[in-house]
Amino acid sequence: MSVVDQEISDLARLSRLNLTPEEEEELGEDLNEILEFAEKINEVDTEGIEPTYHALPVNNVFREDEVRPSPSPKPALENSADSVDGYFVVPRVIEE
Amino acid sequence: METELLDLSLNELQNKLQNSEISPVELVEASISRYQNFDKEINSFVSFNSKESLQKAREVDVSRENGPLAGIPLALKDNLCRAGYATTCGSNILEGHRPPYTATAVKAIEEAGAIIVGNANMDEFAMGSSTETSAYGLTRNPWDTERVPGGSSGGSAAAVAAGIVPAALGSDTGGSIRQPAAFSGVVGFKPTYGRVSRYGLIAFASSLDQIGPITRTVEDAALLTEIISGHDPADSTSLDQPVPEYHGNINPKPENLTVGIPAEYFGEGVDEEVETIVRQAASDLKAEGAELVDVSLSTTEQAISAYYVIATAEASSNLARFDGVRYGPRAQEFEDMIDMYSQTRAEGFGAEVKRRIMLGTFVLSSGYYEAYYGKAQKVRTLIKRDFENAFEKCDLILTPTTPTAAFKLGSRVDDPVQMYMNDVLTAPTNLAGLPAITLPVDANSDGLPVAAQLIGPSLSEQMLFDIAYLLQELSPWEPCSAPLKE
Repeated sequence: MSVVDQEISDLARLSRLNLTPEEEEELGEDLNEILEFAEKINEVDTEGIEPTYHALPVNNVFREDEVRPSPSPKPALENSADSVDGYFVVPRVIEE
Repeated sequence: METELLDLSLNELQNKLQNSEISPVELVEASISRYQNFDKEINSFVSFNSKESLQKAREVDVSRENGPLAGIPLALKDNLCRAGYATTCGSNILEGHRPPYTATAVKAIEEAGAIIVGNANMDEFAMGSSTETSAYGLTRNPWDTERVPGGSSGGSAAAVAAGIVPAALGSDTGGSIRQPAAFSGVVGFKPTYGRVSRYGLIAFASSLDQIGPITRTVEDAALLTEIISGHDPADSTSLDQPVPEYHGNINPKPENLTVGIPAEYFGEGVDEEVETIVRQAASDLKAEGAELVDVSLSTTEQAISAYYVIATAEASSNLARFDGVRYGPRAQEFEDMIDMYSQTRAEGFGAEVKRRIMLGTFVLSSGYYEAYYGKAQKVRTLIKRDFENAFEKCDLILTPTTPTAAFKLGSRVDDPVQMYMNDVLTAPTNLAGLPAITLPVDANSDGLPVAAQLIGPSLSEQMLFDIAYLLQELSPWEPCSAPLKE
């Protein structure tokens, strides 16, 4: 399997990365090389084997549904590039 | 004098502080002096707070009730959150980021009295094996400044090796504590997955990440592990199990010990000198009464491929949050919201992070998910079974930590696959969630440290510290700082 040019720009879009044409070309080559390396997993017979998503047998962890202190909006917003009146500001999404 | 001071173990420092043989101010001054003399050359820190650390040293009461680390300077990897202090993951996308909260492990060492002098350099977002991808410039190996210190916790390892701090915290996703510790001639420990809370560790691959210590001795690694371990309601994957007193209970009993030697970890791709040195370490244990047995970890070669599929998949998801809205700088020019995200990320992330986000997005994308991500998770099951089967025949497994000693700067940074192969002997333990310790056992013919790795079953921390301590005593390598020239 290999990543074709069309897919590189699709992947960049899905990854939310604006790439230059040079970056796209380089990444295309790198990804193909890395995927060849990744495909070593196909050497292993996994017929009937269940996947492991988590290394340890930890089940759902529940807690009491009670009110606990949480950060106030001020410190939560302090690292934001743009905020006003306790909200994050983003570029306009819905046109007038 | 100052070099001698910073060569002491945490326990020795603690005793000297309590007997008033040294003061915390002298200790912090020694650390600052080492930093000023050597860090221009090795660049192990991204931030160093001399003034504030001295102030804290003046105020600290070193009596025992104030904690086992009272008055001792330590460093943090730059991906561990500390309220109010810049934490950037070595990335421009988190430039100036000051978290509003402190990581549980960091809180633990603060409560134990440590003076955190600064943040250590790292590969951007912990993605690398050489500490050459940081936005703050590369870090050099204190044993040979033309070589890499390993990565991604290369700054933590180099700072300890250079004697700037006696110990540091790092994080290990596929070997990021152990590989740089091995390259830098220091001890590194990756605890059992869940032993240490990940709350406040900026996530790379959540099912693999674990915080751990980088120290000069095995005893110090045991002490720091004991301090940072434990259940944390803020991390639902942290284990609700009691934390033993590892440090005070180190007691090597090699007589009834069976040590597994996996052929797959000594074969092709492993430097001959490394193999000879690590086999000698195995013989040293045998001479003390341990039994050596051959074990097979047949999926080793495929494990590193499975690791890169799983780790990049998780990373592409974890790093989606860096979009110029909640943290970090925002791109100045863009057309709309999506373009703002994409331009901010294009400007903020370096090449290796982009590569891994793209790869992770690919292996999770529809049409490829089953072939890559799904398949890798099944291989992960077999990797776990390999270890389980091996531990039916042995108590622990002894291997080299890395296929080679530290390599030259720039020699692999343009070849991702060759760089990824650095983790071939460390990543399988992350996939299986197992604890593993690395310690230097000898020097190679270039004078570079060569390390052995001990891997144990889940929660076998105490045994690993016991046997690593024994190896530390038996091996030719003496814990020390690198001989940097001023």
